[in-house]
Formats: sequence, C-alpha cells, structure tokens
Amino acid sequence: MSELKGWREVPIAGVCWKLSTEFKTGDWRTFKPIIDQNKCIKCLMCWVYCPDEAIKWDGEKVSVNYDFCKGCGICANECPVKAIEMVLE
Amino acid sequence: MMVKQKVMGLSGDEAVAWAVKQCDVDMVAAYPITPQTIIVERFSEFVANGEVETEFVACESEHSALSACVGAAAVGARTFTATAANGLALMWEIVYIASSLRLPIVMAIVNRALSGPICIHCDHGDSMGCRDASWIQLYCEDAQEVYDTVIQAFRIGEHPKVQLPVMVMLDGFVLSHTLQNVKILPDEVVKEFVGVRKPVEVEIPYLGGKVPLVLDPEKPLTFGPLDLYNYYYEHKMQQHEAMENAREVIETINEEYSKISGRKYGNGLIETYGLEDAEIATIVLGSTAGTVRSVVKQLRKNGIKAGVLRLRTFRPFPAKEIVEALKNVKVIGVLDRSGPFGGYGAPVFLETRAIFYDEDPRPVIVNYVYGLGGRDMHPGLVKQVYDDLQKILETGKIERHIKFIGVRE
Amino acid sequence: MSLKINLKEIALKKPLILSGHRLCAGCGASIIVRQVLSVLRGPTILVNATGCLEVATTIYPYTSWQLPWIHNAFENAAATASGIEAGIKAMIRKGRYKYDHVDVICFAGDGGTYDIGIQALSGAFERGHDFLYILYDNEAYMNTGIQRSGGTPLGAATTTSPAGTVIPGKTEHKKPIADIAVAHRIPYVATATPAHWADLMRKVRKGIEVNGPAFIHAFSPCPRGWRTPAGKSIEIAKLAVDTCFFPLWECENGVWKLTDRSLAVARNPKLKKPIEEYLKPQGRFRHLFKPENRHVIKELQERVDRIWEDLLKRCENI
Repeated sequence: MSELKGWREVPIAGVCWKLSTEFKTGDWRTFKPIIDQNKCIKCLMCWVYCPDEAIKWDGEKVSVNYDFCKGCGICANECPVKAIEMVLE
Repeated sequence: MMVKQKVMGLSGDEAVAWAVKQCDVDMVAAYPITPQTIIVERFSEFVANGEVETEFVACESEHSALSACVGAAAVGARTFTATAANGLALMWEIVYIASSLRLPIVMAIVNRALSGPICIHCDHGDSMGCRDASWIQLYCEDAQEVYDTVIQAFRIGEHPKVQLPVMVMLDGFVLSHTLQNVKILPDEVVKEFVGVRKPVEVEIPYLGGKVPLVLDPEKPLTFGPLDLYNYYYEHKMQQHEAMENAREVIETINEEYSKISGRKYGNGLIETYGLEDAEIATIVLGSTAGTVRSVVKQLRKNGIKAGVLRLRTFRPFPAKEIVEALKNVKVIGVLDRSGPFGGYGAPVFLETRAIFYDEDPRPVIVNYVYGLGGRDMHPGLVKQVYDDLQKILETGKIERHIKFIGVRE
Repeated sequence: MSLKINLKEIALKKPLILSGHRLCAGCGASIIVRQVLSVLRGPTILVNATGCLEVATTIYPYTSWQLPWIHNAFENAAATASGIEAGIKAMIRKGRYKYDHVDVICFAGDGGTYDIGIQALSGAFERGHDFLYILYDNEAYMNTGIQRSGGTPLGAATTTSPAGTVIPGKTEHKKPIADIAVAHRIPYVATATPAHWADLMRKVRKGIEVNGPAFIHAFSPCPRGWRTPAGKSIEIAKLAVDTCFFPLWECENGVWKLTDRSLAVARNPKLKKPIEEYLKPQGRFRHLFKPENRHVIKELQERVDRIWEDLLKRCENI
C-alpha cells in the first residue's frame, strides 16, 4: 500500500497523478488464457475483444499480459480456431 | 493613472453585460430567469452586432449553463454566466463541482427569492444558500460597483493563488432594473487590466513534471476522478486554503483597480461609514446599504453616534476586518435579507456572532431579518432598527435576539 | 471516407485507455471504448458522465486515460461537451489556441442518457455543437447496483423492477433513444455493438468526421447485471443482432441504412433468430420462461418484429 500524501503535496483540482497500470488486475482471475501459437492464425480477434488491453500484438505474435488479464474468457470464446484455452490457475 | 471614463445610463443588469463585453470573455452560457434576463439579452445584442468575439451558448437549463461553463473553463477559456434564485438552485450540484475543479468561472447572481411561493423579487436566500460551496461571494451596492466588481472578479478568480469561481451579487430589480449613471472605462483599459487567462501549472509525475491545468491533448489530464475516503478531505483543504488566500487578493485587486478608475470599495472586503466613534452600528449587504447610510447621516445630525458596515465580501468572511472596524461599537445590528428557518438567526448574524465570541468586551449583537421576497426596506424601517439599537444601548436590555422587520403580524 | 481498418497496424499503436482499470471482467463498455479510441483522427478531448466507465477508470489518484478527460456530473456530459466545443471555438477565433481543431467525444451510460441526461443531450443537438456522443447501453443503472433505466428492456429483472410473483420484471419497453436522436435531425446517428467491431469503428470514425452532432448507440453487455458468464459478452451481442433485438443501422442526414449483420439478416430472413435465443442465456430474463410469464416473451417478440418491419420499410439499401 503506497504512502498517502498530504493536502499540500497533491496537485490542486483533484487531477489524477498516477497511471492505472500500477494497479495489477491480474490477481482478479481464476482462469488464465493460454494461447496455442501453433493454432493461432493472428486474426487479432482476441485483441479487438479484450476488455483490458491484456492481449499484446508485437508485430509477429500475440501474447497475454498476465499482469492485467482478469480471466474473463472472451478471447477463448471468440477465437475462430479455438487456439486459446482457459486453464484453472 | 486615471483615464477618461464615459458616463452611461445603465441598469445593474446592463452594467454586468457591459463589463463582460469588455473583459474578453471567450464563452458565455446563459439561460433566462427574471431578473437576470437583461444581462443575457444585452449581451446577445453585442454578439449579434459583432461587438464581441464571444461564443454565446443559449443552454436549455441553468444546470446545463453552468456545466457548459465548466467544460469551457476546463479547456482554458474565460467564461461567464448569470442566474438568480431557482436557476441557482437548479445548478446547485455544479456550483460545488466548479469550485472543486478550481475553475475561475465568474457568475452574476441577481438576488431573488427562492420559490415557493414563486416570487421574482429581491432577497438573498439564493446566494446565501450556497455560501459553503467554496465560491468567492461579492455583494454590490449599486450599478457602478456591479460594473467594477465583475471586471475585478475575473482577476480575483484567475489569480494563481486563488483559482476559484466568483459570484457577483446584485439585488434583483432594485439594482438589476434601475437606471443609474455608470462610469465605463475605455475598452483597452479594461482589456489590459484583465489580461488573458493564464492557467496555473500542476506537478504530474506521469506527464513528466509541471503541466498547465487544462484539458490539453498534448498533456492529457484526468479531471473529476472518483475520490474515496482517503483523499476527499485533502482536496477540500486545498479549496479552504484558496479561500484564505483570496482575502489578500481581493484587497490587492481593489487597490489596483482604484488606480485606473479612481474608485475603490473600502478595502475590497468591507466598506465603513461613521464607525470611528460609533456606539451603535449595523452590518448590511447589497443595495440596502445605501438606504442605511442615508439614515445614519440623518441620525448623526441628531447627535446619535451611529455607523454602518457594508459587507462587500461575504466569502471569504472578513472576520479580522469586521472585528477591527467594529471594535468600539457597543451594539451591533446585523441585517439579513434571508431567513433563519430553524437556525439561531440568519447567516450573516451567525457568522458575526461567531467572530466576536472571543472578544473582551463583547458587543451586543442582534439580528434583524428584513426584505424577504422584495419587501421594501425603506428609511423608516431602517430607522426603526437604529432606534432599537439605541434603546438596547441605553437600557442594556435585549428584548429578543432575532427580530423580523417589515413583516405584518 | 471509407476507413481502412488494419487491426495489425492499429494494435501496434499506444493504447489510449490503459490496463489496470477496475471494470468487471468481460465488461462490454471497456471493449467499446478500446475500439472507439483506436480510430481517432487527431487531438481529442473526452467527456464522461458518471457511471461504471467513469468510476472504474479514475479511482484517484490512478487514471486509465491517456487523453484529456473530464467528468463533470451525471446528466451533463452533453452540456459539458457543448462548453468545451464553444470555448475552443472562441479561442481559435481569437488566435489563442494551438490546435486547428479538436474532436470532442462524450461517453455516457444509459442512465446518464435516456433518463437524467436527455435534456442536456437534446439541448446540445438543437444547438448543433460539433461533437460525438457515444451511449454505452448496459440497459440499467449498473454502477449503483443494477436499477432499471429507460433503456432497460421489457421483462428484464433489475433491482428496482425485480422479477416478483405479481410483477415479472420491467413492465415498460425500452425507450427508442436512437430514434429520438434521428428526430432531432442531426447529421449522423448509428447503432453499434462491440461484437461487430469493424462496423462500430467505421461508424465512430464517421461520427467524428461529421460536422455537427453525431450519436452512436452502442450495445454494452454487462455480465454482472445481465447474469451472463463473463466470457460470453461478445456472443450475447451477436445474438442481440441476430434476433433483431438490437439492429445495426445508421442514419446519415435522414437516409436510413442497415449495416453489417443486420443487412445480411434483412437480405436473408432465414438468418433471423427467435428472441428466446437471446433471452435464454441471460439470468435477468430467466423468470420469463416460467409458464405464467411467457406472455412477456411474446410481447417482446412482437415489439422486436414491429421495429424490425419499420426498419425494413425505411432503410434504403436492402
């Protein structure tokens, strides 16, 4: 838990000063998606449907950012070639 | 350095419109409500005749009008709106939001009684109702002061140590619709005085340091987040500090303005008359101060040591200044143009009593509620108040702490 | 004006809504927002009404937004956007603004649009401000605990229209909000779902590019409120379109067109599925399958069919 700041230390007007990427939502999940790269046709449906920006495309392959994946399973459900499996963590 | 000023016959509402015209305002949002309508009508004429470069947004309600001002101010524009009574009541949640977002919006409030029953005439119930919303509140006595104060309001609100919205009050009909001689400064003088709005900077780690406090695609800020119990209090403390800073800023701007106009309103916070040796005095806000002063002059001719303190700035409440000004007064009558309704007295009375609590000796402080719903406070009634104060002074007896002047039993 | 959508290129760009937001797993709104933000054309300012999206992405001091964003209050997203648009217009006119143009986009839920937000929306439409309003419709006041809104469909169980023994869920139909937008004669109105992503992105881009008010009614499945599995949100959206419960159309300057899957269904009526297939997977409609409540399903089917017939009559591209 980070230290809370005093009223003189935070910017006025209540504007935010940290990015949500410091908050790892990966610990929410029960099931984690595992991508079978051999089956993957790189259609990027998983990327376009992921609510959490937890599917990464690096130009060559697709991967899961497990720091943030909440395990919703949409990617596995929508993958047209069933290349993603939801595995109990 | 005094400049040549043009004298125009203007009503209070028109004086507001003229001040806004000259202050290089970027966006005016408006919804009509009596007695504010003339402000927006006159301003629309300026727009339609190409005399200003302001975007005029005719909103579909007061709530949307102030919301639009919030949006415009958040992108760095200078913005203005005006309302009264129920219009202010309707935008009440946005009033709080505007000050929390530290947006220097200027809003003219043409004081009018709150419904119901619906009454378009003057009392201070509307602006008193949001006195804790963290807006600077300035009450004007005449159309000249209205003109001068609206101009000053932009500077006060936009001051880097303040960054708060400002309400400028003028009494409904009494000031808004009455023609007076108003000295208007030349356009360039006002334009130079108000300058261009310059947003303050805030320190944001994820943006790499100090960025202007505006919505800017280059430096993306998030305005209006969700606070939990861990930070709301701290954010409110910041507003409290800004209100405290405003005292000095109001005085400074009042002084600076007097140099270009030849006019100042006391020290910007309070204006006094006859208090050097007064034994009895009243505290009053708004146009009634004029009536009170003329009664005081009359009383003085008859040997009564009377005085009056006009409270120009109600928020922040000028505690120090009031105590200092009234330190030798023995009986103080606080005139409130809004009701107590269950409080131990009306707003100005309560605060006045509070600031004198630690004084030794303490003066007698009593409350006179007057003028609700536009009930006229003519000189006869003002004299009644002073007679009452004089009686208390002489007999030491207080009938009641709270009296209602001008109501039929 | 046809937008080239290449997912492989778009997916390489820096995201404008970051991970780490606290929206539910499987939330339709976050999918919609990600798709919207992937087709912006330049400097953009966002206005967000109070609701799930606003609250979950900006828990102080954290923010998920990488573009300028303001939350004002619940009912005034359109009014705030009006002010932003007007303020910028004035500053540009005075030569005091660094951009030639900034796009203003509102995100608001059904609560903040159908009900409390309709006044501000209507006013902004009438004044003709240049902005895009995106309604993410999860069909109830989800953020405050699934209470019914004007956007809740007939028969749905919510916490203020529960499936009781006497009254089986909401007794009123869904307000036709997109039709109301069309009635204002604004230049562009469309419906979209995150499942039909190319259609949504194309429409969003159109809405941004159009000069004047644009309105997109986006269907936002809510696993929590609709009692569906988190992984089925996209599937549910597809069913909504296949059953014609949520048809995909656009209306550009008064010209109506069906799009994407709905166009396909119109051209091949055999593709239209009965409403029960949409209702069955959702817990909020479960009570409708009891014998005493079946009449609600019938009423819902009739309503869906009537609206679909109307659309078939007025759409020019079938």
